[in-house]
Amino acid sequence: MKRVYVNEEWCLGCHLCEYNCAFANSGMKDMATALKGKPIFPRIHIEGDEKISYAVSCRHCTDPICVKSCIAGAIARVDGVVTIDQNKCVGCLTCVLVCPYGALSPGESGVMQKCELCLKNSCGEPACVKGCPNRAIVYEERGEEW
Amino acid sequence: MVRQPMKEYVVIGNGVAAAGCIEGIRSMDSTSGITVVSEEKHAVYCRPLISYYLEHKTDLERMHYRSDDYYDKMGCKVLYGKKAVKVDDLLKKVVLDDGTVLPYTSVCIATGSSPFIPPFPGLETVKNRFSFMTIDDTLALEAAAGQESNVLIVGAGLIGLKCAEGLRDRVGSITVCDLADRVLSSILDAECAAMMQAHLEANGIQLMLGDTPARFEKNTAVMKSGRTVDFDVLVLAVGVRANTALVKEIGGEVNRGIIVNDRMETTVSGIYAAGDCTEGNDISCGQKRVLALLPNAYMQGKCAGVNMAGGNDVFDKAIPMNSIGFFGLHAMTAGSYYGKEQGGECYEEKTDKKLKRLFTKDGFLTGFILIGETERAGIYTSLIRERTPLDTINFELLKQLPTSAAFLTENRRKIFGGVI
Repeated sequence: MKRVYVNEEWCLGCHLCEYNCAFANSGMKDMATALKGKPIFPRIHIEGDEKISYAVSCRHCTDPICVKSCIAGAIARVDGVVTIDQNKCVGCLTCVLVCPYGALSPGESGVMQKCELCLKNSCGEPACVKGCPNRAIVYEERGEEW
Repeated sequence: MVRQPMKEYVVIGNGVAAAGCIEGIRSMDSTSGITVVSEEKHAVYCRPLISYYLEHKTDLERMHYRSDDYYDKMGCKVLYGKKAVKVDDLLKKVVLDDGTVLPYTSVCIATGSSPFIPPFPGLETVKNRFSFMTIDDTLALEAAAGQESNVLIVGAGLIGLKCAEGLRDRVGSITVCDLADRVLSSILDAECAAMMQAHLEANGIQLMLGDTPARFEKNTAVMKSGRTVDFDVLVLAVGVRANTALVKEIGGEVNRGIIVNDRMETTVSGIYAAGDCTEGNDISCGQKRVLALLPNAYMQGKCAGVNMAGGNDVFDKAIPMNSIGFFGLHAMTAGSYYGKEQGGECYEEKTDKKLKRLFTKDGFLTGFILIGETERAGIYTSLIRERTPLDTINFELLKQLPTSAAFLTENRRKIFGGVI
């Protein structure tokens, strides 16, 4: 299965991935209308210190603790992709309490959101990868599957 | 998958631990029969969502834990409205209250817990009294509580206060009393509890702490302090007791819960247990504890199921943990808090609206309390769960901010560049 991976040596810390993510999931056609002057709620974020930076998004773990911990039965792993049913989520944040990578956060409505590899939105492939100016985020097959 | 001789699995209980058990069994054995004994006449549902139901944040349909065709897909037979009254470990049979006998190869006890009702004098004179544990409790409470109702909730723990939050916009007034001198006494220390208390009071919940009913006279509670509280609806949320009888009766080891090892085996051969009815290892303090939390219930159940079907799984990472919010203020807690006298240290950050306490001991993070700011708290939780030695990470950075930037480069590269 293809996943999103990060080359931290190449990340410039420009935060473009955050904007591309928020836009891809906004459902809008124009980036300026979607994002200008508004707080954004991306499903990927830049972390790091003065030396390095890198993008953090869901790792789509093979045995995800968020799925096992969700008190609303709203998170599931379907064909390798960890997805959330926002209609079932009540925003209790238990997934935030258990995710070891800090990959889930609440959206504007208070319901949780996470990277679903842009498979549910019109982008069709990860917008963060497509828009990364330095190929610091890639979408590819690595490692074994079960 | 290896073909195995047919087995008969019985799961007693139909909550989240049972679902974990079913899924654990089916990950190993796709053909043998599974019979689920469900006292409640409902398919598995998300029990912690009952307060969100009252708040209109979910509904009965969305509260289903699994899809409508779940039991069919899993090849399970569910016996609704039936109660297991005896497990015969010698003849390997479960006996139900209607006389039905279910033979088993292995059985999982996932009977959960029941509300503890203290013997308050005069309680029988109260007409509108409820517990708050099940969908049926919730629907009955909903029917009784009207816009003008004055509600008294006995118990300022997780259940009582979530009930108060769920009811607030539906009723006239809510008073919550507790014998403890603070709210959420099982998970918050005094200062953190005071912060949450102020927030609850600012949101219209009246609290009477250090006080509890001495007796009831119809719609009046006479408190230990001598004060009286008039109410229309009474909710008893004093505490819960693990349902341990089935194992206790046959001589299995039981303390406050059914004792299980890391494989979820009870001390009786062929009998497993999972969920709120058990007492397993809490690795944050190295002791056996009842950890009545949905994530642990699922993980225990899954582990039990795998082992029942001949696999070899352990669940040895259980810790207490809670994510709980009231009226927009969120608290997260995990692990054990050791004071100075016990050799622990505490790192603290505090403002009017936010509070962070990280508890460390012997070079490990053992627990935390976060109020108001909870982003990426799971990074802290995983340090407790994985018992990560703090000298292998940049803990000074982590104290201020939960971030994987504090991990060793090679570990971080594995996380963000590999399959995990």
